[in-house]
Amino acid sequence: MHEMAITQSVVEQICERMGDASVRRVCLEIGTLSGVVPDAVRFCFDLVAEGTTLEGASLEIVHTMGKARCRDCGAEFALADLLMLCACGSANRELLAGEELKIREVEVLA
Amino acid sequence: MCATCGCSGGTILEHHDHGHDHGHDHEHRETRTVTLEQAVLARNDALAELNRTWLAEHSILAVNLMSSPGAGKTTLLERTIRELGAELRVSVVEGDQETVLDADRIRATGAPAVQINTGAGCHLDAQMLAGGLRTLDPPEHSVVLIENVGNLVCPALFDLGEQARVVITSVTEGAEKPRKYPQMFRAADLVLLNKIDLLPYVDFDVADFLDGARRANPGVEVLQLSATTGEGIAGWYGWLRARLP
Repeated sequence: MHEMAITQSVVEQICERMGDASVRRVCLEIGTLSGVVPDAVRFCFDLVAEGTTLEGASLEIVHTMGKARCRDCGAEFALADLLMLCACGSANRELLAGEELKIREVEVLA
Repeated sequence: MCATCGCSGGTILEHHDHGHDHGHDHEHRETRTVTLEQAVLARNDALAELNRTWLAEHSILAVNLMSSPGAGKTTLLERTIRELGAELRVSVVEGDQETVLDADRIRATGAPAVQINTGAGCHLDAQMLAGGLRTLDPPEHSVVLIENVGNLVCPALFDLGEQARVVITSVTEGAEKPRKYPQMFRAADLVLLNKIDLLPYVDFDVADFLDGARRANPGVEVLQLSATTGEGIAGWYGWLRARLP
């Protein structure tokens, strides 16, 4: 389960950026095609945050849906998974969205 | 928003783990929102870039080999070192959760090897590779083959700073692997289908495997070989030679 390492990376980077500020809310963006399971991140978050400035912070996760553009016919379409073909039958598609794995914002005590 | 006192926006409840019946005072404190828009794996990616730069400066080709456990990574490495080790000056970084068994197998072929035990970790990351390279200290104009932890999920997400990623599947695993683990196949620069000497004995649909691999990663190169008999291995050697810096 790589979500533990992912969550550790989130907490470490926020601690580094925010210094001593007490973090009360964390907002992450996780694309549906990123290979990261949001529920597993939630499971790890409280454990990893314990003893840091993020302890007790709420976790908000924004899911970004997959989207692709077909390189053969040019159509843009929702990509539910990485195996989906364009309606024209082509597998040759460019991912436009869905692979996001970002710390969007945090809310800290002023 | 707090349904009782209406606090919201920039104000949150500091003490919120009680029943929230307002039977006692609690503190409202101002908060501020800070936009970060930072990649979750930014730190790993930055370390991976350092590895990539170091490797390029030393004209070293680093290849990340990923597969499920038992696909034949170590056997492929042993054969590659025996037949190409002297020509390409191959050294190996071995990733496993526990034991030094694989590094011992590699050293028995005469190639330098360093074992990284990830413990509970299910993948190598850029920091681990940096440590491995420091210990290994590979010579200039050489090849470092990185055997990642046997796992078709987690290693796909972590850039090590390698120049190429190779995914290995064996015919004993089932042709549906690319459909089950598209993330890993999407990350591949090359797919190796190993143990083809066993094709007569197993129910493995090569065409279906190729279709799955190309759905996950259109245009990906797939080579079929047997690390045990050597059938098809020349294609793999040619691929490696073509990438030498």
